[in-house]
Amino acid sequence: MAVAESRDKNAFSHLFSHYAPRIKSYLKSRGANDASAEELSQEAMAAVWRKAERYDSSKAAASTWIFALARNLSIDAFRKEKRPAFDPEDPAFIPDPETAPDTALSVSETQSIVRDAIAGLPKEQSEVVRLSFYQDMTHSEIAMELKLPLGTVKSRLRLSMRKLRESFGEEHEN
Amino acid sequence: MTAHHHPSDDILLSYAAGSLDEPTSILIATHLALCPACREQVSKAESVGGELLNDVKPVAIQDGALDVVLARLDEGERGQINVPAPAAVPHDNDLNLPRPLTDYIDGSTKSLPWRWLGPSVHYAPIASHTKGPKVGLLRIAPGTRVPMHGHSGNELTMVLAGGYTDGTGNYTRGDVEAADDGLVHQPIADAGEECVCLVVTEGVLQPTGLIARLVQPFLRI
Ligand SMILES: [Zn+2]
Repeated sequence: MAVAESRDKNAFSHLFSHYAPRIKSYLKSRGANDASAEELSQEAMAAVWRKAERYDSSKAAASTWIFALARNLSIDAFRKEKRPAFDPEDPAFIPDPETAPDTALSVSETQSIVRDAIAGLPKEQSEVVRLSFYQDMTHSEIAMELKLPLGTVKSRLRLSMRKLRESFGEEHEN
Repeated sequence: MTAHHHPSDDILLSYAAGSLDEPTSILIATHLALCPACREQVSKAESVGGELLNDVKPVAIQDGALDVVLARLDEGERGQINVPAPAAVPHDNDLNLPRPLTDYIDGSTKSLPWRWLGPSVHYAPIASHTKGPKVGLLRIAPGTRVPMHGHSGNELTMVLAGGYTDGTGNYTRGDVEAADDGLVHQPIADAGEECVCLVVTEGVLQPTGLIARLVQPFLRI
């Protein structure tokens, strides 16, 4: 991302005009009112700028990274909870195995596989995935919302993740 | 050596989506510290989040918001530098516990409020939340047979030290076992080292065996 390299405000303006309205929409669907969604989406974009140095464009798409920032901010702000996360600098952390460079997927390849996988989900699976991401719903909340048994919600979520694994050519594990 | 028993995909997805409760997230994030395979799956699920973010219907931002943010950034550049929080490593991390678990333990595991639950079994709550499941550590002496018990809600167990075996397999450091209403099991701690587990409990345990009466305090976990 150009922001990381040159701290270019022009590049940031482009990111802002694309992502700020989307982050605001995302936050509203997770229960924020208009004012706090506005404030928090500005805060999220400021965080994008400040943390740009930590963003590694060879590891994740900008959309993925920005999604994670907005998600964490929304948990902090609305749920008044922390989001526990692992720390790669922790002595107990087990690092990723080396992947052979010729087998590693590029970020754009990954994104296009993910996009196709989402598009290929049957409606009932994509519905539970969207409720998890957009509406901040736990499995039991989804079950209540859709009047489905909890087990059905879990199995639909698992099937969607299996599809994601399969799109990447992985063996099914769970 | 990495884990052989992983949390189920529906939980990994909710963790990535940000819709998993904090207590369960402590266990998942601690597993992720030890499990490159699940980290990979979570990062793919986060890519789903990124794609869905691109897909949402944008909501108009206030006029001039960009300038407000740019002005804030100028201030930030002059003054504050974002320093990541220092790792809260317990003074005596003898079990080599990973973060984020250590962030929830003040000092050594030895100083936790351990409660006797039965012969050779101790439990200490580690994070109290008003809502959601309860989180705690379970210590089981080597070779102990935990009484046969059932479950009245979901329970996730992750081994941090030592290991145990039940009808479903052998569990060692990093491994996660999910128990639900249907599971009745009798874990036996592996010989040699004390077995220490992180446990996230939704319901109460239901001891079904006679000996289990001895560990009635389990009911209060
Ligand atoms: Zn795993």
